[in-house]
Amino acid sequence: MVPESYYTALSAILFTIGVVGVLVRRNPLVIFMSIELMLNAANLALVAFGHRAGTADAQVLAFFVMTVAAAEVAVGLAILVAIFRLRRRLSVDELSIMRW
Amino acid sequence: MLRRNPIHGALFLVVNLGSVAVLYLLLGAEFLALAQVIIYAGAIMVLFVFAIMVLIPGKEETGPDPLRSQRLLALPLGALLLFEIGLILHSRVFTAAPAPPPPTGAGGIESVGRLLLRDYLFPFEVTSVLLLAALVGVLALAKRRVG
Repeated sequence: MVPESYYTALSAILFTIGVVGVLVRRNPLVIFMSIELMLNAANLALVAFGHRAGTADAQVLAFFVMTVAAAEVAVGLAILVAIFRLRRRLSVDELSIMRW
Repeated sequence: MLRRNPIHGALFLVVNLGSVAVLYLLLGAEFLALAQVIIYAGAIMVLFVFAIMVLIPGKEETGPDPLRSQRLLALPLGALLLFEIGLILHSRVFTAAPAPPPPTGAGGIESVGRLLLRDYLFPFEVTSVLLLAALVGVLALAKRRVG
C-alpha cells in the first residue's frame, strides 16, 4: 500500500509543472493543457485526502471538478477557434481583444 | 509541457492522465478512475488534439522571444512554489491528522453513486445545467462567423 504522502507529493509536483507551463508557454492550447494538469493534481490530492478520511465525498467533489473542467475546456477551445478565425495567429501576448 | 510541439505535450498529457487513473484505482476509487479515463483521456484529449490539428499552422513560437528574462525567472519561481507546497503539506495540519479509519467499502461505484444521487443530487443537477450552458455557448461561439 502506497502511503498518502506520496500521492500528495505527486500532486504538488504535477501542480507545479502546470503552473510553470502556464507561466512559460505562449501558446494558449498548451496553457489550457497546463490548466488541465493543475485541475488533475487538485483532484488527486482531493481523492488522497478523502481516502485518508475514509469517505467517498471527496470522489463526488472530484467528479464535479472533472465536469467543470470539461465545460471549461469546451468553452475555451471554442473561444480560441473564434479568435483564430479573426486573427490567423495564436499567441497570448497579442490577445487584448477581449478587454473592453 | 516544455516540448515545442504541442501535440507531443498533448500525448504526454494522455500518458499522465492514464497514470493518474491508475493511481485512483490504487486508492480504491474505481468510479473516478473510469470517469477519468472516459472524460479526460477520451473526450477532453480528443478535443485538444483536434484543436491542435486545426489551429496550429506548422511551426510556432519562433523568432525572438520578448519574454526571455521572464521565462528564465519562471523556473526558480516554480521550484519555490513546489518548496512551499511541500512545506505546507509537511506542516502540522496534514501530518497530525488522526490515524485513518478502516475504509469500510467507501469509494466503490455503489457508494459513490448513492452519494451522487442522494446527498449531492442538487449539485449534480446544477452540473448538468452547467454542461448544457457550455454546449449552447460553444455552439453560439462557433456559429457566429459562418453567417
